[in-house]
Amino acid sequence: MKKVGIIIKREYNTRVKKKSFIILTLLMPVLFAAVTILPTYLATMNDTEERTVAVYDGSGIFLGRLESTEYTKFHFIPKEDYDKLRDNLKGSKYYALLSIPPNVVTTNNVELFSEKNVPFDLKNKIDNNLSSILENDKRSALLKEAAVPDLEQKLEAARTNIHVNTIRVGDKGEEHKSSTEIAMVLGYIFGFMIYIFIFIYGTMVMRGVMEEKQNRIVEVIVSSVKPFELMMGKIVGIALVGLTQFAIWVTLFIGIFQVAKGFIPDMSPEQAQNLMAQSQMSGQMESVAQSSQVQEIFSMMSSINFPLIIGCFFFFFIGGYLLYSSLFGAVGSAIDAEEDAQQFTLPVTIPLIIAIIVMMNAITNPEGPIAFWFSLIPFTSPVVMMVRIPFGVPVWELILSMVLLVATFIGTVWVAGKIYRTGILMYGKKPTWKELGKWLTYRS
Amino acid sequence: MELFSAQNVVKNYNKFRALSEVSISVAEGSIFGLLGPNGAGKTTLIRIINQITAPDSGKLEFKGRPLKADDVFRIGYLPEERGLYKKMKVGEQALYLAQLKGMSRRDAMKQLKYWFEKFEITPWWDKKVMELSKGMQQKVQFICTVLHQPELLIFDEPFSGFDPINADLLKNEILQLRDKGATIIFSTHNMASVEELCDHIALIDKSKKILDGPTQEIRQQYKSNIFEVEYRGDYDKLTRNLGNDYQILSNEPSETAQKLAVQFVNGSTPNELLRGLLEHVEILSFNEIIPSMNDVFIKVVTENKQN
Repeated sequence: MKKVGIIIKREYNTRVKKKSFIILTLLMPVLFAAVTILPTYLATMNDTEERTVAVYDGSGIFLGRLESTEYTKFHFIPKEDYDKLRDNLKGSKYYALLSIPPNVVTTNNVELFSEKNVPFDLKNKIDNNLSSILENDKRSALLKEAAVPDLEQKLEAARTNIHVNTIRVGDKGEEHKSSTEIAMVLGYIFGFMIYIFIFIYGTMVMRGVMEEKQNRIVEVIVSSVKPFELMMGKIVGIALVGLTQFAIWVTLFIGIFQVAKGFIPDMSPEQAQNLMAQSQMSGQMESVAQSSQVQEIFSMMSSINFPLIIGCFFFFFIGGYLLYSSLFGAVGSAIDAEEDAQQFTLPVTIPLIIAIIVMMNAITNPEGPIAFWFSLIPFTSPVVMMVRIPFGVPVWELILSMVLLVATFIGTVWVAGKIYRTGILMYGKKPTWKELGKWLTYRS
Repeated sequence: MELFSAQNVVKNYNKFRALSEVSISVAEGSIFGLLGPNGAGKTTLIRIINQITAPDSGKLEFKGRPLKADDVFRIGYLPEERGLYKKMKVGEQALYLAQLKGMSRRDAMKQLKYWFEKFEITPWWDKKVMELSKGMQQKVQFICTVLHQPELLIFDEPFSGFDPINADLLKNEILQLRDKGATIIFSTHNMASVEELCDHIALIDKSKKILDGPTQEIRQQYKSNIFEVEYRGDYDKLTRNLGNDYQILSNEPSETAQKLAVQFVNGSTPNELLRGLLEHVEILSFNEIIPSMNDVFIKVVTENKQN
């Protein structure tokens, strides 16, 4: 056992001290943040190009009512200018030409001429502006006709917006404020992380085994330790590398979360909701609405059972990793050259890929039969079960899944050990599947 | 005294028989040559001694008691297929391998210092293995094999990859280790070094041991009454007077004399030959030819193939 410790130490140290590991570990959260935040940030950036749109209003309804903004100006022109401009839009000072026909009220159609394709924002702006002006006119006319006193105010008061508060009732009748969206996001993140971790660290085990075989150091080492000890030392050492990386990421995430929390005004969820309802009614206090939404997310985050999720994450990561890395290790031991890896890694990676496909289904239907069965099958359960856990999973299912996983990885580690101890000492020709099977029967 | 013995060792890989009923006995303080053509089962036997694989049946004894798991600490093994972690530093790597052989870090450091100074490679300590030449790597590998002062050393083709100067250095180190009391099992295809180093040999072919004994005795055993005569004189005159009791194998003229190889038939003696020759030519030297290990190897393995 002491020797396994020495091996674990080497496997761990050589990897953790690598520059690439340190850089990747620290850079990953930054990259992740960049990937998620940057598009949002870019989307909110205003279009700052100044455009002037010439408007010929044949109906006369909109004259002077189209409001110019900082970057989009509307300039009304008479009929004769319109005819001229239509043929000479290129080279004129106008970006586009809006033509409103006299019968716009009945046809609901206008034309926008331009040299280039008009940006979506501009088209949207014109659309909204024209529609709301016409809508308001029609409303006013109707209100006059109906002659009900204060109808406008009454109608405004009748506008409703229902907010569905999802509350999960626990076994003992206790209630948790839940959020389907947050459960989905968490399930997705954790499921995907397990997948990525198993893949990265499983193949790391394979490459480690191949390195030892290709370097021809393996025979020297197995004259001191049992092949199984070497394999397990490598698997455990690399698992610790993965857990170290995960721990660093969790610490960074919690740090960022705490710092971010400090910037959000402290409110109870009810207050936040009231505020949101108000802001929706007035339709003005957008910044307040946004901050209260963030506040709500934070309050729901606090209601999620993080200890359970993190605990399960570790369990399923370790279980899934042991299962797959031992198989990857066996593959690495059986082959001599990187080129041959493909043929043998494919059968190992297929269940993992199935798991990720099932995950997409499970995320929208965590209680469905597909999600249920694949979260019990040990080859896919680490990924699929992790998706289901944030939604809440019956205890017996969780325990059954865990027991099956443990039983299976003991089995795969045993099989892998048999293939490994023969494979690492076989040089030369690429083995066939049949030969791999034979290796299982060799006496150690 | 016997340090290690294997008795009736059998190893099968499914239907393939790698070793059948092989027994060897290695005397303490001797150099034991383990010979055989490629694929004969040598490596399997060596792996069994190192407990890398277990035999299907047979007894293994170390110092007169059954071989046990801890004995790997008393054995040093330099495999034919050998190497080091390319990206690991030389010193770190040597320490790692020494610790796997049960040495404490402190003892390993002390021993490494001694060996690195002896081989004049102290400046390599912090270099990565991939920066070293193949010969340099072999030196490091040799040190890692002997570092834990094993009582039994197993060298499989130790000289491959060494230039003649370093091969000589290594040979002297092996002899020194033997003189200090280590027992050595030596496997090679280089028969000249077998003659030079081995006290005792065993030859394995097609999974069976077909030859076993002290090196010199075996060579004596395989001599076939061939004598070499260096002489000055007329070859035709010589042959005319030689009679039917001898068969001339070859006659090579050299600058100053001629060399005759002659085999005795019909049980005649060297003295009779000499007497017959003296009258006709001038004898410069007269030697019995003892076959080289190379000749013995080829003869034995070829005969075994025909059976």
